[in-house]
Amino acid sequence: MKVAIVKYNAGNIYSVVHALKRLGVDPILTDSPEELLSADKVLFPGQGEARNTMTYLREHGLDQLIRDLRQPVLGICIGQQLMCRHSEEGDVDCLGIFDADVKRFTPTCHEEKVPHMGWNTLTDLKGPLFKGCKENDFVYFVHSFYVPTNPCTIATTDYILPYSAALHKDNFYATQFHPEKSGSVGEQILQNFLDITL
Amino acid sequence: MALAKRIIPCLDVKDGQTVKGTNFVNLRHAGDPVELGKAYSLQGADELVYLDITASHEGRKTFTDMVQRVAAEISIPFTVGGGINELSDVERLLNAGADKVSINSAAIRRPELIDEIARHFGSQVCVVAIDAKETNGEWLCYLNGGRVPTERSLFDWAHEAAERGAGEILFTSMNHDGVKTGYANEALARLADILTIPVIASGGAGAKEHFRDAFTLGKSDAALAASVFHFGEIPIPELKQYLSREGISIRL
Repeated sequence: MKVAIVKYNAGNIYSVVHALKRLGVDPILTDSPEELLSADKVLFPGQGEARNTMTYLREHGLDQLIRDLRQPVLGICIGQQLMCRHSEEGDVDCLGIFDADVKRFTPTCHEEKVPHMGWNTLTDLKGPLFKGCKENDFVYFVHSFYVPTNPCTIATTDYILPYSAALHKDNFYATQFHPEKSGSVGEQILQNFLDITL
Repeated sequence: MALAKRIIPCLDVKDGQTVKGTNFVNLRHAGDPVELGKAYSLQGADELVYLDITASHEGRKTFTDMVQRVAAEISIPFTVGGGINELSDVERLLNAGADKVSINSAAIRRPELIDEIARHFGSQVCVVAIDAKETNGEWLCYLNGGRVPTERSLFDWAHEAAERGAGEILFTSMNHDGVKTGYANEALARLADILTIPVIASGGAGAKEHFRDAFTLGKSDAALAASVFHFGEIPIPELKQYLSREGISIRL
């Protein structure tokens, strides 16, 4: 199986490379249209700022390329946010794959710290991405912006308010949390993504 | 459910080997920081901290190699610290695969380092570690692993670090470290009240109740310990079951 990771100006991409290698897959990190279009699976991970990363994607023609992908695609963290319509981070229009807008967390009390960082639970799990996972399984999050729940939501996490921990539409999947840093639950989710056939 | 309180084993590494004793698991290479970290991860540790306590140039290279192996083999977040003085050190360790870096003396000497890390890599990678000691009712910061006193107040410095862009504060009480009578809960609670970033409690764990108190009385977001884990005095699964029974949000 040919697995490609979108190479762009976001950080923390190597942890996804390592996690896939632990599952026996040797991914290629690339921004070449031919490589990305011909891969069996594409991952779009990373940590970064929405406006900077969107600008980079546009300048390198990767915005349209990602929208055009027809194989299973998994966005992670900023990847998920960039696959939405618009982000409040830098007030920027994003890829528009998911019909939802990215908002900044607004704490309602001193204890609600932003960024939301650490292990939190998944509920209302739907679909093949969460095969073998249980309600209230813990995964690892680091983020200050969130996607509200919407018709594409396939997992919900409650922090300050219930929001989308994962999204799905057609061949596109995305998680706000980091499966590559979420121990055995995260490994299961990555394996499930690799197992998805359209 | 809520965001889980984190349990963090801390491993001191010298010349590529963990230095504190390890008789809690049957590891073939108990001194190997990667194998030990993996064992902790399987036991349910929520994060790991690796501290480089070698000073030499070769030691630093060995530590960077170790960070690469940890990143390749372990599927939970980990922080690295020790000997980080400038942005290029941070870049080297993040490129090797660390999720966060912990800076201590270098940040007190040159606080702008915090701003630089936050600006280049984001606040979430920047853990500011503070060693402090209470004398006559006053908490003051220390440098160089607690050897050099300063005039900086713990609370003022923690607040400044957060303002400059620290993502977390790792506070070690020198009064409590190694004594095993519990964490510095009053000081921890005061930090939690004045900060809007997570606080990691360090120094003083000797019993399961001490972790509970750090979360309830001390209002900490995470608790770090070394010897009680390394010597098997408190197995992590048992600790987490206990904390969960005590009503604390814990990842089981």
